[in-house]
Amino acid sequence: MKTQARLMLMLLLTPALLWLLGLIVLPHVELGILSLRARVAPRVYEPSLAQFATFIDEPLYWHTFMRTALMSILATAITLLMAFPIAWTIAKLVRGQAKAMLFVMCLIPFWVSETVRTLGWMILLRESGVLPAFLVWLGVTPAPVEMLYHDATILVGLVYTSMLFMVIPLISALESLDDSLIEAAYDLGGNGWSILRQIVIPHAAPGIVAGCIVVFMLTLGNYLTPTLLGGKNSQWFTEQIYTQFITRFNWEQGAAFGFLLLGLSTAIVWAGLKLSGQKFGEVMQKT
Amino acid sequence: MTTQPDLQASRVAKHYGAFRAVDDLSFSVARGSFFSILGPSGCGKTTLLRMIAGFIEPDAGDIHIGGKPMNGVPPNQRPVNMVFQHLALFPMMNVGDNVGYGLARRGVARDEIKRRVGDMLERVSLPGAQDKRVDQLSGGQKQRVAIARSLVLEPTLLLLDEPLGALDLKLREHMKIELKQLQAAFGTTFVYITHDQSEALVLSDHVAVMNAGKFEQVGTPQALYYEPQTPFVAGFVGANNRIAGRATEVNSGVVTVTSAQGLVMPARAMGSVSRDDAVEAFVRPEVARLARDAAALRDAGLPAFAAQVTSLLFDGANSAVLLHEAQSHTEFRVALPQTGEFADLRVGETVAFGFDPQRAVCFAAGDTAHAA
Repeated sequence: MKTQARLMLMLLLTPALLWLLGLIVLPHVELGILSLRARVAPRVYEPSLAQFATFIDEPLYWHTFMRTALMSILATAITLLMAFPIAWTIAKLVRGQAKAMLFVMCLIPFWVSETVRTLGWMILLRESGVLPAFLVWLGVTPAPVEMLYHDATILVGLVYTSMLFMVIPLISALESLDDSLIEAAYDLGGNGWSILRQIVIPHAAPGIVAGCIVVFMLTLGNYLTPTLLGGKNSQWFTEQIYTQFITRFNWEQGAAFGFLLLGLSTAIVWAGLKLSGQKFGEVMQKT
Repeated sequence: MTTQPDLQASRVAKHYGAFRAVDDLSFSVARGSFFSILGPSGCGKTTLLRMIAGFIEPDAGDIHIGGKPMNGVPPNQRPVNMVFQHLALFPMMNVGDNVGYGLARRGVARDEIKRRVGDMLERVSLPGAQDKRVDQLSGGQKQRVAIARSLVLEPTLLLLDEPLGALDLKLREHMKIELKQLQAAFGTTFVYITHDQSEALVLSDHVAVMNAGKFEQVGTPQALYYEPQTPFVAGFVGANNRIAGRATEVNSGVVTVTSAQGLVMPARAMGSVSRDDAVEAFVRPEVARLARDAAALRDAGLPAFAAQVTSLLFDGANSAVLLHEAQSHTEFRVALPQTGEFADLRVGETVAFGFDPQRAVCFAAGDTAHAA
């Protein structure tokens, strides 16, 4: 009986383990080997840290790396600030059908592919697009302004793409908050701000951190949105990786960049968990 | 010198659509007393409590607390604190921070908070519990922390929303006594809502029995039990045998009730009852006396009925027997004396029972008049 149960468990786990091994572990081992060798002659390689040295020596790479990290943190923060009131409304203020409606409204944009969604923003924001024309019509600007290819445009796109992944863990975290705790705090003399700070945020912290981790990782690894909305100036690190692999055909350099990005996201997530005093396991249970 | 009541409600009402949750209520609660509002679920007691706390604004009427009008005053500015049904201790804080929360919100200095929290925990017999986590406490300790968290603010009024409801029976009995002792020790006015009549009777100085948004009767537990003013109170407070019938004779305050099944029994008239009125009579199981021989009852001057035992409801001190009165087959519940005299009572046996007509009550049926 016990061996049967164990066999069942193994069978059920097999697809997930195969998927992990085949798509995550093996490619990363391969990329790891790639990143640590240098081509000395056609088809002749030797172990080397040259790729990483290039990264350190070339200011453009450094700059792009840090910029990607900071912009991703900023996008995550903005997403959190915008998603919180939405999640609060869905979790606490509305009931029944209105609740389902609001939730579906958050979901609807994801029925369209990311490319189409981003192109939608381009239609709205390009110089000959809807919004610049509207501003001219209002008399705010004398001529249409180009609203694409700014950092702000990239942030708008990233926040828009990430919203749902922040709203969902926040809703589940806020729904589990007993309303009587809020009432009790109010009854004991708390006001809106102090209740948010001392009761709501501590309770929702695992959900907040979970949402932030997911959004941050999605943003840091996003390729399409920064490229389309930021254009040539976007300087997103994933573009550097793409360039190395596809344009330059320098797989060794691309692999090294890939590992650097992995290290960066790990480091920032770790720092975030330390700063918020949360444990990874608890946080992941909330997602 | 008359002391001003701590809580005074005048013509308070709250409607939800056509439903009158609280219907034109007026009452006052004396300083330092333990006042309970007892009623079945859905009677409006929670709505009333939440209006006193300030979470709900009344549609009409005024609430005065400590002599001050409370209209438009939000809960965080009322001299009222509430102990919630599930206590609502903050799990993200330790016991000390829970108790000190209200003081910190008032901007009391850190040292002063520490001192007052320590004093308060000592008074509720939890000295040194400041650093404990809330989930380390037992049910009874949690309740004491919840009360301490409110009383440390020295409110005029402490509201309690069925805080014993979630506890198991044994702990509930224990906490009942503890609550009464705490109230006596602090002298704060308690307003307690419950659907459990035993809690209300044991704890309170005064109880209001609430039904359909109105108070049926306000009085001491003894008054509610011995002198119910309405059929609802007679039926709700304590166990009762209810007999519906017609008043066939009214003689100096004693009504002879004749039920449709043919039972004829005397009972004291409450309010005005005239001959031929449809009436409801109530006899408490513990008022009725059981005897093996009807003569013993007649000698004591009681009316005697022959009856057959249909079941024995053994419940220790609360044991009772269900009887079918011989002629009308009316079912009666009669308390089983613990003297051992009836220890060998068997189902099917024929016995006699009787009761003092002065201790049975009779109301004109459909009398929803609020005599109180």
